[in-house]
Amino acid sequence: MTAAATTAPPPAELSPRVGLAEGLRQTMTLAWRTIVQVRHNPWELGDFSIQPIMFVLLFTYVFGGAIAGSTGEYLTFALPGIIVMNMLFITMYVGTGLNIDLTKGVFDRLRSLPVARWAPMAGRILADQVKQAWSIFLLLAVGMILGFRIGTDVASLLAAVGLMLVFALAFSWVSVLVGVLAKDPEKVQLFGFTALFPVTFVSNVFAPTDTMPGWLQKFVEVNPVTILADASRALMLGDETTGTQWHVASATTPALQSLLWAAVIAAVFAPLSVWALRRRV
Amino acid sequence: MDHAIWADGLVKRFGETTALDGVNLGVRTGTVLGLLGPNGAGKTTAVRVLATLLRPDAGTASVGGYDIERQAHQVRQLVGLTGQYAAVDEMLTGAENLLLIGRLLGMPRPAAKQRARELLSDFDLTDAADRAAKTYSGGMRRRLDLAASLVGRPQMLFLDEPTTGLDPRARSELWSLIRRLVSGGVTVLLTTQYLEEADALADEIVVIDHGRVIATGTPDELKAKTGSQTLAVRPEDESHLPLVTAVVGELTKSTPELQGSRVTAPVTDPAVLPAVVRRLDDAGVLVTELTLRGASLNEVFLSLTGHPAEDGDGDEGPTEGSLT
Ligand SMILES: Nc1ncnc2c1ncn2[C@@H]1O[C@H](COP(=O)(O)OP(=O)(O)OP(=O)(O)O)[C@@H](O)[C@H]1O
Ligand SMILES: [Mg+2]
Repeated sequence: MTAAATTAPPPAELSPRVGLAEGLRQTMTLAWRTIVQVRHNPWELGDFSIQPIMFVLLFTYVFGGAIAGSTGEYLTFALPGIIVMNMLFITMYVGTGLNIDLTKGVFDRLRSLPVARWAPMAGRILADQVKQAWSIFLLLAVGMILGFRIGTDVASLLAAVGLMLVFALAFSWVSVLVGVLAKDPEKVQLFGFTALFPVTFVSNVFAPTDTMPGWLQKFVEVNPVTILADASRALMLGDETTGTQWHVASATTPALQSLLWAAVIAAVFAPLSVWALRRRV
Repeated sequence: MDHAIWADGLVKRFGETTALDGVNLGVRTGTVLGLLGPNGAGKTTAVRVLATLLRPDAGTASVGGYDIERQAHQVRQLVGLTGQYAAVDEMLTGAENLLLIGRLLGMPRPAAKQRARELLSDFDLTDAADRAAKTYSGGMRRRLDLAASLVGRPQMLFLDEPTTGLDPRARSELWSLIRRLVSGGVTVLLTTQYLEEADALADEIVVIDHGRVIATGTPDELKAKTGSQTLAVRPEDESHLPLVTAVVGELTKSTPELQGSRVTAPVTDPAVLPAVVRRLDDAGVLVTELTLRGASLNEVFLSLTGHPAEDGDGDEGPTEGSLT
């Protein structure tokens, strides 16, 4: 303990608030931190890299033949939906990370610094977007190796990816709320996955809606996971599969409905999360 | 007088609990204020309010002349905070933790790295710099946390029980670090449960209990009030107790207490001890115990409040577990 423990003269004038550019820079720094955490924690990397690949392999080769009669055809149908499902699971890390910060006091340390009030949350969500983009890319690449083909053009593919990222952005707020309400990080995972499993599986990600009993179809049809999966299939596959039993609807309606769902989710959960966070700290 | 920190009637409630019940305090620029109190006294709450982490329910406070509520952002630019529990990112390495703070404070990357290196070496963490903080021992985390609060070379330092969990060597190093910071002009607000620590570091001590300030003064003033040390004498033969009580009472100019077969009394003048030895020797009294020890926080409390320090968490805080 020597020289470093000295002080600088006080700054002449302290700024009264954080500028936008400064706040964005802090957001980048905090996003960097979350990405570095992943580098030190290969277990998490496995969760959003290896696990979805396992899902693709499992469903394609184990169930694909039984569900669609051909593994290749099933992969074409299921991959866009699996990407959507995986996207929802990854958002849970926003809540887990936030919860760890809250329980370990790191959140307080960040709040005690002259940092924009919104930067910690924005940093997490930005990092989440990076993880999401990585996962989508990875799953598409693995799918291509196994025989998945994009039936549309690059613009449509990018639109599909963009749509998923927007939805992830909105859905992150659900994760934030769980992260704030849960007592410890394990409960975030437990609660998050318990809620996500029915929502993702009771959709048309793995099987077409019309193969299900009528009462279930009603839920499946309004499930945002179904809608987003429909939109992604349409944007990635286009007309390629028209005429087969895996009919792909036009992209416009499900895409707009997905955006509507995203807006509703964000409008409900963002204020709720902020309110819960204010109460907790 | 030039006050770096000034609080006036701070009140903070958590549901039924009143954690701060009208706290007033002032810290002169470049001095150390020791906030002394038992568990649940409100020390952490006071620090959190002054560090802008909690909004007070009533009262006002300023830090460096800036209002903690209306000018919180300026306050945050002045203050380095070390909370009661080490707040480090366990998944990052020690070096990355400090780099993160430096970058958030707006330092360019090379400068932030350089600063991180300096602090790691200052806090004896160079060897562990590139290990994830989750592999650190409690004391190492504590030191990393302290280093994190110094990254921006703050003008003011809030330390909430900074030496709890440190071994004696790390504790004395921290004490000298704090002294060095203060000689460099830093103002320190430090909470502690140990009178000894407040005595060693603080220019002024504020004693709080149940959210209220019950005494304020320099360490010497408080000692004068409470007796800085306690003399304890246990005669071999219990029939000598009245004589021992009389001698101790006369020499310490106080009314000694009788605890079993032991006589205790507060002492302010260290010369009392040899005088007691001489007198008892002259009187032919053999003793099995003759000690002079620092007054415990409990004794300070006893003399300040008339009641022993109790565990504030026990009767007010949310209790975990229940009687079955
Ligand atoms: N977030 C909270 N919610 C409810 N009660 C709280 C909260 N924080 C503190 N308290 C209560 O306020 C009182 C003061 O607590 P505080 O943590 O300030 O004490 P302290 O002096 O720092 O104690 P310790 O020495 O144990 O750290 C206690 O009764 C505590 O239970
Ligand atoms: Mg405390």
